[in-house]
Amino acid sequence: MREDDLVYHPDSLVRELDKIAQILRLDALEMIHRRGAGHPGGSLSASEIITALVFHHLRIDPKRPNWEERDRFILSKGHACSLLYAALARRGFFPVEELKTWGEIGSRLQGHPDRLKTPGIDMTTGMEGHGVAVGAGLCIAARRKNLNFRVYVLVGDGECQCGVLWEGAMIASKYHLSELTVIVDRNYVQLDGPTHEILPIDPLVDKWKAFNFATIEIDGNNMRQVLDALDIADEIRDKPTVIIAHTVKGKGVSFMEGEAKWHGKPPNKEEFAKASEELKRRIHSYGEEID
Amino acid sequence: MEKKSIRKAYGHALADYGAENTDVAVVVADVSASVQTRFFAEKFPERFFNVGITEQALVDFAAGLALGGMIPFANTFAVLFLRAAEQIRTSVAYAKTNVKLVGSYSGLSDYKDGPTHNIECDIAVMRSIPNIAVVEVADAVEAEKMVPEVAEYDGPVYLRLSRSEAPIIFDENYEPKIGKAAIIRDGSDVALIASGVMVYRCLKAAENLARMGIDAYVVNMSTIKPLDLNVVQKVAADTGAIVTAEDHSVIGGLGGAIAEALGEMKPMVLERIGIRDTFTETSRSYDALLDHYGMSVEDIVKAAQRAVKRNRQIHI
Repeated sequence: MREDDLVYHPDSLVRELDKIAQILRLDALEMIHRRGAGHPGGSLSASEIITALVFHHLRIDPKRPNWEERDRFILSKGHACSLLYAALARRGFFPVEELKTWGEIGSRLQGHPDRLKTPGIDMTTGMEGHGVAVGAGLCIAARRKNLNFRVYVLVGDGECQCGVLWEGAMIASKYHLSELTVIVDRNYVQLDGPTHEILPIDPLVDKWKAFNFATIEIDGNNMRQVLDALDIADEIRDKPTVIIAHTVKGKGVSFMEGEAKWHGKPPNKEEFAKASEELKRRIHSYGEEID
Repeated sequence: MEKKSIRKAYGHALADYGAENTDVAVVVADVSASVQTRFFAEKFPERFFNVGITEQALVDFAAGLALGGMIPFANTFAVLFLRAAEQIRTSVAYAKTNVKLVGSYSGLSDYKDGPTHNIECDIAVMRSIPNIAVVEVADAVEAEKMVPEVAEYDGPVYLRLSRSEAPIIFDENYEPKIGKAAIIRDGSDVALIASGVMVYRCLKAAENLARMGIDAYVVNMSTIKPLDLNVVQKVAADTGAIVTAEDHSVIGGLGGAIAEALGEMKPMVLERIGIRDTFTETSRSYDALLDHYGMSVEDIVKAAQRAVKRNRQIHI
């Protein structure tokens, strides 16, 4: 079978999702700015991936966040939650207005994802490394319970330094968990600096291959490539799949792109104004036809 | 006196309960032959998962099973759960996934493998994490009866099992409940509150004390968290003198829990029997090792005598 037979996404869909990805970037930055805390770099890099999942690929229903047969999404890189919160709100899981409460005492939106507090959050995360092993357990439970859902796990590239992630990868391949898709947000930068300086993780694709995962490599900030890769991963049999999504840390805000210092630093008033102007210009460039 | 293997009783009970409840899954980190989950594995291979020496992933994987509606029993040596302390805190306790953590080879019971395998601080670690019930069984009967109780408890449980063949204390009518202590001998002068294999040693100590004219309560505090404060309150009020006994450090375990409770309730005489903030040694027998580290029947007797004496001094 040729890839073209498998996957097709009309231009209009790609454009619409692209626009949403930009809106979510603005939402996330606004949330981080308002709260004076959060992680801009790794949220912005993952916008196309999270948008593609929440607004198109996942079989989910905002009216039934605990629907047994829903696809599960584990944001293993939980520090990118501002963008996921924005996506869930705009998808209808909770009011967009609620995003303003992020991080306040009593808010349903915690500093990192909490499955017991936020509708649409499938697993509590925040400490790196857990998602793959948790996802593997979920896939097995789905088989045992005859539930036909898939599990998607988004991990960071720094997270690929965690031993437990590879333990989970071994378990997933032992049980041939083709229901599992892992996506690596390969943005090349972690808290303390570039991944190749802190602790090299390359050859990353070879590593996942050696753990018996099917591998797909894409430009993770290219919506069409993200959509195609997610579809292809669903069709792979007998083994789990990893999508190595090459992205840019801080993507969409020129002065944040590729800079480690924006890993966990909120923009101040001037910086936010500048970033916001840049993002708004891009959002407007999508024009009226898709509004 | 009849002795029975605690871990074997657990293993058989798990296999039996697995037939009743098809949501039960067993996950183990390459120690199935040791912790006796093999009986379950033989009966229910489709619900048995050996994940190799991956204790951190063992816990996360079990959390995933629980998210999907299973009731996973995650098994490894008690000491090895320390390796997964953060996974336990984040993915099980904080996320409130219905995972049952079973720490086998607890305390000094793996006497042959020595101090690397012995574990003096697991209760202290688990007890200080919110949302986890901490349970230790005293004999094979309690191990067997505790399996359904743990499975049906709503939420995370840490079940601590000794590797040993322990003297049988309870008969078939005993029904352990998480959160409920059992007074297994009445007394008036001193209360011996114990968990695990130390319960039997306390019973022996109470017999010796009786010959000296000291009436000792013996309490099986199988749930260390949530602590049964009603029973603590009762035996404390009746005697004014408490001795705790556990195969664990005196810091942070049962003795620590009772000290905290009494401190907030009504300060009174307390003696703690346990590992005294030290690493231990390899031994040719479990009993000899317990004796060597201050947990002999004689040590309990002496502690009880001290407690009674101190209590009288206070009230003169």
